[in-house]
Amino acid sequence: MTESPVTSHQSSDPAADVVGASPVERTDALEGVEPEEELFTVNMGPHHPATHGVLRLVVSLQGEVVKDLRPIIGYLHTGIEKNCEDKSYWKAIPFVERMDYLSYFFNMQAFCGAVERLLDMEIPDRAKYLRVIHLELNRIHSHLVWLATTCIDLGAISMFWYGFRDRDKVLDLFEMSSGQRMHTRYFQVGGVFEDIPRGFEERVRSFCAEMSTRLDQYEAILDRNEIFLRRTRNVGIVSRERMLELGVTGPLLRATGEPWDLRKVSPYLAYGDFEFNIPIGTVGDGYDRYRVRLQEIRESLRIVEQALDGLPEGPYLADDRKIVLPPRDELATSMEALIHHFKLVTEGYRVPPGEAYHAIESPRGELGCFVVADGSAKPARVHIRDPSFVNLQSLRDMSLDGYVADLVQNVAMLDPILGGVDR
Amino acid sequence: MEIKREKLREFTPLEQPRTAEELRVRQLRARELLSGELEGRDLEAHVEERLLATTLEKALSWARSNAMWPATFGLACCAIEMMAMVGSRYDTARYGAEVFRASPRQADMLILSGRVALKMAPVIRRIYDQMLEPKWVLAMGACSSSGGMFANYAVVQGADKFVPVDIHIPGCPPRPEALMHGILKLQRLIQGNPDLGWRQRYNAIGTEEWARKPPAGSLTPPTGGEPAVGLPTTNGGEASDA
Amino acid sequence: MPDAPGLELIAQELNRRFEGSVLGTYYEHEQSALVVNPEHVVDVLGWLRDTPGQEYRFLSSVHGADYLPAEPRFGVHYELLCMARVERLRVKAALADPGGEELPELGSCTHLFPTANFQEREVYDFFGIVFRGHPDLRRIQMPEDYVGWPQRRDFPMGGEPVLFTHNEVETPAWWE
Repeated sequence: MTESPVTSHQSSDPAADVVGASPVERTDALEGVEPEEELFTVNMGPHHPATHGVLRLVVSLQGEVVKDLRPIIGYLHTGIEKNCEDKSYWKAIPFVERMDYLSYFFNMQAFCGAVERLLDMEIPDRAKYLRVIHLELNRIHSHLVWLATTCIDLGAISMFWYGFRDRDKVLDLFEMSSGQRMHTRYFQVGGVFEDIPRGFEERVRSFCAEMSTRLDQYEAILDRNEIFLRRTRNVGIVSRERMLELGVTGPLLRATGEPWDLRKVSPYLAYGDFEFNIPIGTVGDGYDRYRVRLQEIRESLRIVEQALDGLPEGPYLADDRKIVLPPRDELATSMEALIHHFKLVTEGYRVPPGEAYHAIESPRGELGCFVVADGSAKPARVHIRDPSFVNLQSLRDMSLDGYVADLVQNVAMLDPILGGVDR
Repeated sequence: MEIKREKLREFTPLEQPRTAEELRVRQLRARELLSGELEGRDLEAHVEERLLATTLEKALSWARSNAMWPATFGLACCAIEMMAMVGSRYDTARYGAEVFRASPRQADMLILSGRVALKMAPVIRRIYDQMLEPKWVLAMGACSSSGGMFANYAVVQGADKFVPVDIHIPGCPPRPEALMHGILKLQRLIQGNPDLGWRQRYNAIGTEEWARKPPAGSLTPPTGGEPAVGLPTTNGGEASDA
Repeated sequence: MPDAPGLELIAQELNRRFEGSVLGTYYEHEQSALVVNPEHVVDVLGWLRDTPGQEYRFLSSVHGADYLPAEPRFGVHYELLCMARVERLRVKAALADPGGEELPELGSCTHLFPTANFQEREVYDFFGIVFRGHPDLRRIQMPEDYVGWPQRRDFPMGGEPVLFTHNEVETPAWWE
């Protein structure tokens, strides 16, 4: 291996050191060494150890420098959108939920939000707050898994254990409220499925307190770690304009400095009631993406605590019994509730004809759901605009003229969830 | 077609004493052996019974089952629960299965975690073919066992359509404990009676499937018994190989 | 979202610039949409992106819908977003099915919005709508040699029937 083009830096403060400038300059600095001239095409097949799912990359290399990159997807295509056309609105929720399988509450919120728009239905405040709590907990969960798997890609394997340890705590909370760890189907059109049990609030508060200290510990490991800095600084930089052209949203866009977050610019649910900041980066390299996501976890903890403080009393379901399933205790006493329940479960509710597109901010970017209703009990078309699918287009820009090791890191920093990419 | 259910627990490797009395006798003999009091024929009989009861195969299968290395095959949501199983709360390292080998050549076990899309099926088959004997397949979750909730054009309705599956684990996604239960069941299968399931039906040695009537002069495979009632036989009614 | 009068102004302006481009507008559930003639889609998108005062520079999504049996059969939706004013506008290109072996065609907008690259490929893959001028139009989700356009309404759902005791004898040889 030739000697590193980056001269050993003497400064002890890694943050002050501009390490080796951009990857392009790094390769040019290899003076006196001839890189191989021919292009070598490698297939990083759908089965590869970077645990981001079944993504296939056809990479043309010159030595170790990436010269061309083509992602090939479709290895997890499940035909969810087509399957939803066959199911009633209530039954389509579990399908839509399994798309982006780390942010399942967000998938549910996008779909339920679109259908609620079509029905012009307002959900009660308590339901909004409960939804926000679960959405932000899911954001924390998704970012923790991202941290765990990214650090494993970079070689910092201990973060994997820590990330999954804390993730299990979030899943305990979900299990408390809905009975299921993942894919809880907790939201329904009109509110949430069931109220939170006693003791949920205390558990969430203790989790938030504990998580803050944990985050401090993770930052202590990674923030100023020389190896981490050397690997993530100035890697995978794409300019803000290019990101916008490519339709990239989410932490990737915010890392370039664009303060765009749908929770702030067009508040949905109860996000307007809370005070929180949007972390943005400056350069848009891997390090900025890491910092943005970690800070987002902190902001989510803030939102959860504010939501718990302000959780209003009241119904957790909208009143319209023709659409919303009645709570089970009502079934024993009220005849209408029983009839409504029967009709809703067997046939489903009808949605007046129309089209709606509802966009929310998922941990990966703008998650939009487009529903076409034709007046029957089944949706005529459901399309999810998945953020990972669109963000994947920026992988090529990020990795060109960089090393293969940086390519692995760029895939990790993109945070692609192949369930969403392939749907 | 008859479905016969066999309890796996009967086939644990070390011979369990059948009665309390048997256990007591064994304990006394062991104590006598240790204190040097067992002699002559008693000694020989005891040694033969206890030490040589473990044959080489049993030792091998015990070793194999307790060090099964899965291949990293996370497809979809079940993969996250599989990773959680490797995590510190549901630790698989205590069962020897925490080393996830990326290369199929070094892996023993293929955990198909997630829905198998049409485009992915030939890839999985190739990975499975690249694995070395002995190898086992666990279909984790509803989607790989039977297509799950996705009854449509894009999902293969069950991984058994193209790979032979040993253990199916239900759930969507199955809890990490459920997956561990499946792995432990596989361990008991390997140790106790490795010919259960599809290997018996297809007359397979390991994962090599023999034709029902092997050509003359070749090694006759161990019979897995008669083909089940209702299965079409190759030569219209003739019994399978002797 | 531009409100209903604002939407009408946009429609009138567009019809002035490109004769016959806007076939209709609709404003429902606080979302505005323009129904556009497929010939003029690229012009309309370009005008919406570049005109000062409109500046819908961000394309959120390109997706298709099959409205069988309504006519025109296909709709290709472009979700536009103006980040400065936080306004969304939907442009719907109403495409008719030419019938038989021929595939419906539309101009590609990848030169205006590079994000449409993967998304137009997806619309092609699922509906068979060809985008003229797309740099690399081929299937993205289905295998390369797949025959058929899966998300069209007349494409069968696929899958297998669920086995119960009442139909297990008819379902051929499910045990193999």
